[in-house]
This record gives sequence, structure tokens and C-alpha cells, in this order.
Amino acid sequence: MPLVDLADVHKSFGAVPVLKGISLTLEKGEIVAVIGRSGSGKSTMLRCINGLELVQSGRIVVDGIELTAPGADLNALRARAGMVFQSYNLFPHLSVERNVMLALKLVRKMSTEDARSLAHAMVAKVGLADKLSAFPDELSGGQQQRVAIARSLAMQPTLMLFDEITSALDPELVGEVLRVLESVAEEGMTMMLVTHEMNFARNVADRVIFMHEGRIHEDGPARETLSAPRTDELKSFLSAVLH
Amino acid sequence: MIREFSLNDLVFLLEALRWTVLLALVAAVGGGLLGLLVAILRTLAFRPANWLALSYINLVQGTPLLGQLFVFFFGLPLLGVNVDAWVAASISLSIYASAFLGEIWRGSLQSVSSRQWEAGASLGLTYMQRLTHVILPQAIRISIAPTVGFLVQLVKNTSLAALIGFVELTRASQIITAATFAPLTVYGIAAVLYFVVCFSLSQLSQRLERKYHAPR
Amino acid sequence: MNYNFKFSALWPYMPEILSGVILTLQLASVAMLFGLAIGLAVAIGRVSSRPAIRMAARVYVEAIRNTPLLVQLFIVFFGLPSLGLRLGANTAAVIALSINLGAYSAEILRAGFESVRVGQVEAGRSLGLTAAQTFRHVVLFPAIKAIYPALASQFVLLMLTTSVVSSIGVTELFGQAAFIDSRTYRSFEVYTLITLSYLVFTLGFRALFSAIYWAVFVRRSHR
Ligand SMILES: Nc1ncnc2c1ncn2[C@@H]1O[C@H](COP(=O)(O)OP(=O)(O)OP(=O)(O)O)[C@@H](O)[C@H]1O
Ligand SMILES: [Mg+2]
Repeated sequence: MPLVDLADVHKSFGAVPVLKGISLTLEKGEIVAVIGRSGSGKSTMLRCINGLELVQSGRIVVDGIELTAPGADLNALRARAGMVFQSYNLFPHLSVERNVMLALKLVRKMSTEDARSLAHAMVAKVGLADKLSAFPDELSGGQQQRVAIARSLAMQPTLMLFDEITSALDPELVGEVLRVLESVAEEGMTMMLVTHEMNFARNVADRVIFMHEGRIHEDGPARETLSAPRTDELKSFLSAVLH
Repeated sequence: MIREFSLNDLVFLLEALRWTVLLALVAAVGGGLLGLLVAILRTLAFRPANWLALSYINLVQGTPLLGQLFVFFFGLPLLGVNVDAWVAASISLSIYASAFLGEIWRGSLQSVSSRQWEAGASLGLTYMQRLTHVILPQAIRISIAPTVGFLVQLVKNTSLAALIGFVELTRASQIITAATFAPLTVYGIAAVLYFVVCFSLSQLSQRLERKYHAPR
Repeated sequence: MNYNFKFSALWPYMPEILSGVILTLQLASVAMLFGLAIGLAVAIGRVSSRPAIRMAARVYVEAIRNTPLLVQLFIVFFGLPSLGLRLGANTAAVIALSINLGAYSAEILRAGFESVRVGQVEAGRSLGLTAAQTFRHVVLFPAIKAIYPALASQFVLLMLTTSVVSSIGVTELFGQAAFIDSRTYRSFEVYTLITLSYLVFTLGFRALFSAIYWAVFVRRSHR
């Protein structure tokens, strides 16, 4: 059974259709880069997979939980599918350590000591062991984003969703976050990431999905799809992002 | 019989100041509880509740507090409740405070970015967990400074209770003025006393504002 | 409860109520005008290069904002005569209300000044606008737009606050309530009706002010 299974998903905001029939499956351990123009529906698709948006029709099954079924336990799903946002969204009133510990205690019901030691391990993994007691506003954007990744990873999700997590960063900070992503990828995590970093997509992802006007326009192995696009839309998109 | 303004009069004023502070405290607590309800009704995803809360706020903020005081002072006895000026003043100042505090708190609640709700959701936190662990701690920080700032208004407005005969600082000043005929001295001292209380609160509010203006 | 409400007892007093309304609106308007003038002077004083003037302006603002209007009113009306300055109730009311509003409007105006940054002026000049054009379009218009909402709600607040001057015998709307009460002994009805009637003016002025805002500021910037 695939880890993620979308079947003919339709989503609109008011009268504006944003996803116009998305079907896709994702196997365990796959790393998928989602690319496409602004407004093509990339974020919306990720948010639907995490249950942050309700869809009008179609079926979404993630890790055996059918989100589109009435009364689906969205919180249980979200505890298994981590999501990292472009704008970090750390909790500003909590220290780095507490940011990571919060859901471990509340959702995973871990004891404070267990949560703390797991939090320390995760924060060390993203290279910020010296920032455990810092508050988000004392960190750079890149550091905040690494904490956000650690916070999601600590929940030991089966799936990680990343939405343009380097887009808000200064260019010199992008590298440190991508390196963390690479190490997560190496551990075999199933990942779906919206990105504008084409080199990263080529080198780290197994598969690329190109979205265009609310549909999956191309879907194939990363290297081939990016070096030999089949459709004019992907060609012109790639020439625009690569100049 | 006109006498000189004496130390005893000063003591009388200071004792009256206690009633001013007490009235403000009662109104802050009463208004706080009622204001919480107003803020909740105003943010609930239920139109009639929003509408009810908004009408209440418009009614309280759209009429003079002095009028509200008189309405309660003369209206409560008609309901069979035997009230003195103290009760009428406590009730109407609480209602007055609830409309303002409710709005301050609603604003604070809504000023926490919706992304914080999402971040909590994406970690699997339930609605109540998101509210109590993520949103409220931030909203409370944001609301502290304006809440203390509003207490200044509240303390000043307790003076209106003098006009329904409640002996707080202003009413005490009227009484002593009548006896000593030294209005400038007496009202001057009253002004200084109000100033000490209100200015301290204002400064505290500004300090809290600086401290909590940053998200943390 | 065996009390017979008799709101109709107020009907014969319509002329008094009407004259009270007129005096209330007059007091609010005149005090707004003087208060703004004082506020402008004080706001300028707060950024003066002379420390003494800055200090005086600050003391004025803090003193007024941290004491009750009622006490300020009593000092003007009952206190000043002991210095040989005897004022009528209406005059004392206007003075106290204006001095009070002056402190609040000074803070609003100051925020308005601060909302216009030097960079915007430079940008205006660099686009080839004359100094006068820059002042009008880049400084004055945005500053007025920025302070307008605060001043509008300050006026409504002032209109409600004028009720306090009934305590020194001014026969504005709330003062008339005391008069009618003394004739009819219908305290509850009188004060309820008079208090609620302020709501009409609050809502009316709010609607008027937002219509003006829309006509002057919103439509203009969309042209
Ligand atoms: N909450 C919302 N309400 C209304 N419209 C929305 C909402 N969220 C997204 N949209 C619209 O849906 C469309 C797709 O948005 P989405 O954010 O999914 O695009 P995207 O591919 O992620 O673009 P970008 O690269 O700019 O992030 C856009 O036209 C957007 O304006
Ligand atoms: Mg997006």
C-alpha cells in the first residue's frame, strides 16, 4: 500500500478552482520534489495532504488514514505527517528546547525527561545544540528553520512535507538548511518538498512532479524529467528559473 | 462653619483614595470576568453570538458612563434590589470595563498569527492544546500592556461615582471643600493623588509594552 | 415589581431635551476646535529644540492624562475663583474640556507627524515634486489620513464626556435630565432615555465620519 494516495482531488477557494483533479501515489522512502509556477497549487496540495485544507471531492489516504472520510482523526494524521513552512512558524514564546518538547509531551505523551532528551538529540542533529535555551527571535532565519525541522522530526513522522522552506532565507543561509534536508533524506525519510532549488531537486529527489494550473503536468524520475522535459510548459518553466 | 484645611482632612482624602482604588479593583475583576465572556462571544464562530457581543459593546461604548451610573443607581431599586451607591457604581463600572477589556482581549487573541494555529495543528495538537499552549500564552503577553493602560481610564472614571454620592476621592474632596472652602488646595491634592496612582500605572504599562512588544 | 414605567411623562419636556442636545453638540464642537489648537501647539512643543519647552509639553500631557476630567473641571470652576478668576459654568466647561482634549489630541498629532518619514519626503523631491507639492501630497495628506480615525473617535468620546459638565450646572443634554427628573420624579425613565439618546449621536457621527473618510481618503487614492 502506498504511503500517500491521492485520487482525483479537487479543491477550490470559493469559486476559484485551485486543484483540478490531482491523482498521485507516494511509496515509503520516496523523495519527491514538487515544482511549478507561483499559484499553480503546490502549497495547497501539501496542505491538503496534511489536512490543513478540506477538499471538495476526491480521496486522500495518508499512512492508512483516510483524511477525506467523515470524522477522520486529523490530529492523529498530523502527528505522523510532519510539515515545515516557509515562514518557520516557531512558537515565539517558547525556547528552542520547549518548541521541540511541546508536542512530544502533549501528543506523544512523553515524560518531561524523555521529551527533553529527544529534543536535545534532535536539535543537536540540526547543529544547534548550543541554542537550546535561545528564543526564536534570537536566531537567524536559517537557524529558526533548522529548529522547525527538528521540531517536526522529533515527532518521528512517517512522512515529511516541506513547503519552500528556503524561500524566505538570505542566500547565504540556504546552504545550511539544504544540508540538513540532505541528511534527513539519507536516513530514508519519505519526503515531499516544494522547492525552487533545481539543483537540489536534481541531486536529492528521486522524482519530480511539475504542477501547472492545478494539475500534475509531468511526473517522472528527477534527472530525466529535469534534463529532458516532455512538455512545453515545463520547458519554459525551467528556462525561466534557470535563466 | 468654615475651618482651615488641616492634617485630618488630608487623612480623610487618603482614606477616600482607598475607596477609589477598591472600586477600580472591583470593576477590574468584575469587568475582567464579564470581558472574558465578551471576548469569547465576539470570536466564536457563531454569528448571533458575535452580533450580541458587538451590540453590547456598542451600547456601552456609545453612551456616557455617567448615564450608565445613573441608570443603575435608579434602576436597580425598581427591580427590588436595594442598592447603595457603592453597589451601583461597582456594577456599572464593571460593565463599562467589560466592554473595553473584551475588545482589548479580542484584539490580542486575533493578533496572534493564524500560522501559529497551523503550526500547532501540523504537530498534531488538538484544538484545546493549540489554544492553551500556543495561542493564549502569546495573546496574554500582547494584552498585558493595554490592559494595564486601561486601568488608568478605570481609576479616573471611578471619580464619576462621586456624582451618585459614593464617597471616594472626588466626593471626599467635595465634602472637605464645603467645610474648608479651600477648593484649589483640596482639588489640587486630589489631583496629585490621582496622578500618583495613574502615572504609576501608565509607566508600568509603557514598561510592559516595551518588554512584551517583541513576540516573546 | 410593581412600578409603573411611564416614559410618556417626558414628552412635555421635548423643548428642554432639544436645547440640551444643541448645547451638547456646541460644547463638543467648540472644545474639539480649541482642543485641537492646544494639541497642535503641544505636539510641536514636544519636538522643540528647547528642552524647557519639551519638558513643559510633556508635563502638561502627563498631568492631564493621569487625572480625572471631573477633578480638572472642579479646579477650573471652583478653584480658579479663589485666585480671583470667576467663570460662568459654560465657560469653565469649555476651558476644562479643551484643556483635557488638548493632551489627548497632542499625542494623536504627534503620532501623525511621526508616521511621515524623512525618506518619503526625499522620495517625493527626487521624483521632481516641488517643496510645496511634496508637503501637500507626501506630508500633509498622508499625515491627516493617518490621524483622522483617531481624531474622529476622539470627537465621539468627547461628545459623550460632555455629560460630566452637568455636575457644575451646565444645562447640556445630561443637565436637562437632572432638571426633568426634578420636575417629574421619574428618575429611571429620564436617565434611561437621555442616556440611550446619546447612542443615536454616537452611531450617527461614526457613520458620518466613516463616510467622510471614504469620500476623502479612499476614493481619492483609488483614482
Ligand atoms: N486561503 C486561500 N484563500 C483563497 N485563495 C487561496 C488561498 N490559498 C491559496 N489560494 C489561491 O490558490 C492558488 C494556488 O495557491 P498555492 O499557494 O497553492 O500556490 P503555490 O503553487 O504554492 O504558489 P507559490 O509558489 O507562490 O507558493 C493561488 O491562486 C492562490 O491565490
Ligand atoms: Mg506556495
